[in-house]
Amino acid sequence: MSGDDIVQKLLESIGITPGHPLPVNTARLQVHGNRVVGAHLVPGLLVDVDERPDGIAADITVKEGVQIERPVHICFGLLPERGAQHIEMHIDIQEGAQASVLAHCTFPNAVEIEHRMDASITVGAGASYSYFERHVHGSSGGVHVVPKAQVTLHEGARFKTEFELIKGRVGAIDIDYETECRAHSVLEMIARIGGRGDDAITIRETGRLVGAHARAVLNSHIALRDTSHAEVYNTLIASAPHARGHVDCKEVVQGQALAKAVPIVEVNDPTAHVTHEAAIGSVDAKQLETLMSRGLGEDDAVDLIIEGLLS
Amino acid sequence: MSILELENVTLELGGKRVLDNLSMDFWENHIHALCGPNGAGKSTLASTVMGLAGYTDFEGDIRFEGESLKGLPVAERARRGITLAWQEPARFEGLRVDRFVGAGARDRSRARLASALDSVGLDPDAYLDRAVDRTLSGGERKRIELASILAMEPKVVLMDEPDSGIDVEALEQIFRALQELKDRGATVVMITHSPVVLKHAEHAFLMCCGRLIEKGSAEKIDRYFEDKCITCPHVNEPEEGEPA
Repeated sequence: MSGDDIVQKLLESIGITPGHPLPVNTARLQVHGNRVVGAHLVPGLLVDVDERPDGIAADITVKEGVQIERPVHICFGLLPERGAQHIEMHIDIQEGAQASVLAHCTFPNAVEIEHRMDASITVGAGASYSYFERHVHGSSGGVHVVPKAQVTLHEGARFKTEFELIKGRVGAIDIDYETECRAHSVLEMIARIGGRGDDAITIRETGRLVGAHARAVLNSHIALRDTSHAEVYNTLIASAPHARGHVDCKEVVQGQALAKAVPIVEVNDPTAHVTHEAAIGSVDAKQLETLMSRGLGEDDAVDLIIEGLLS
Repeated sequence: MSILELENVTLELGGKRVLDNLSMDFWENHIHALCGPNGAGKSTLASTVMGLAGYTDFEGDIRFEGESLKGLPVAERARRGITLAWQEPARFEGLRVDRFVGAGARDRSRARLASALDSVGLDPDAYLDRAVDRTLSGGERKRIELASILAMEPKVVLMDEPDSGIDVEALEQIFRALQELKDRGATVVMITHSPVVLKHAEHAFLMCCGRLIEKGSAEKIDRYFEDKCITCPHVNEPEEGEPA
């Protein structure tokens, strides 16, 4: 299959139809397995990719002061049923720069696939970086997703990451993000995941508020059905003056699913303040009865409630 | 002509009789009020008609368009044309107003959903893409819930405390929306203990202690309530022989 054919298949799997090319000022990078099948850069964005036997290593730099206007589109995927993809990324958003990434990870035919990402991310002083990662899996699970990231936010930096997997089966997912937040930096981590069958979800997110006035929010919304299970470990450690943080974990459980939330908050400075909120339970009876009193059957009502929770 | 009939409905919860041998006829295409002090059983009656969990094991019968509702699940009662608006509407984190209002709508076009919001005095451009969550006030959620009912086009609307948590201007909008429902042929049952709400009804029932005490025009029930209920020492303990 040619590179163009692979790109087309990958894009179709994430709902992008042919005939709608991205605008010329939109950067993109498309990786199938260990092969870069499409790329387009814009001024100020440097991408150095090394193809390896089981994946790629990429150095991505946004040069100092550069504001990349449109989100960079990244697509990682594997079309075969079996295989492995290991992505090693070093991302450097230099001082005063601004960039956002819309990443799709697509494994539409997965039976036994491992997708591993090891990332180091540095967001320079006054810089801003947001990373939205949407996973598209097939209906049979069969994917083991292991994204790990070490993030450093320099003074006044902003970093927002969103991880979404709400269509298709999760398989197994093991997220591990750790962020050091220096003075006046802002961190926001959001995970929205829907589990079915025997899906297994583990989220470990840690924010270390080491700089004065650093702020962080860790937000996890999980919906579980059947015999799926999830463990969410959100940790916020505030050790600097006037650091602020909030941990919010909501898990909805249906059937024989199992949910566990472990919010850990630690404060070592008298002027710092961290709060947490965790709610685990079945779908709210009043929400359910409200929708059923509009004529929705119980399953449709639950679907709609979960759609909201994961939106 | 009755669209909804209760025949000797009795319900006990936790060993206490909360609906006591109630027989009522709700006329088609009328605005009714179900009045009474707190604890009279008004909301319990609405929950029983809707078939909510915990309110299904009653004696007697409830008939809608001549057919018994016994054993029918909530969704089936709704599909037949009955719906309920809660005193305190639910919050739905993340669920957009257009999805909520459209959930039971016959016509889910954006124009129809916008029209429903317009009928309750909410700007569709400002609300359709918002979430039905804690960022909305109780009054806004109440009006959005009513918009969802307008879009559903039901035959019977049980509206629990239309004025609860609502300012005067919004309440007028709610009354206009209830009138719109009636103009489209629906029957409205307002559950209330407020004279302001009562005066918008064409016919009213007065309940106390799970029993029907009196029925008639809104004016008659209002007078009865003022004369006898406000000064009554037997709060939710009507004297023997009082039921209508």
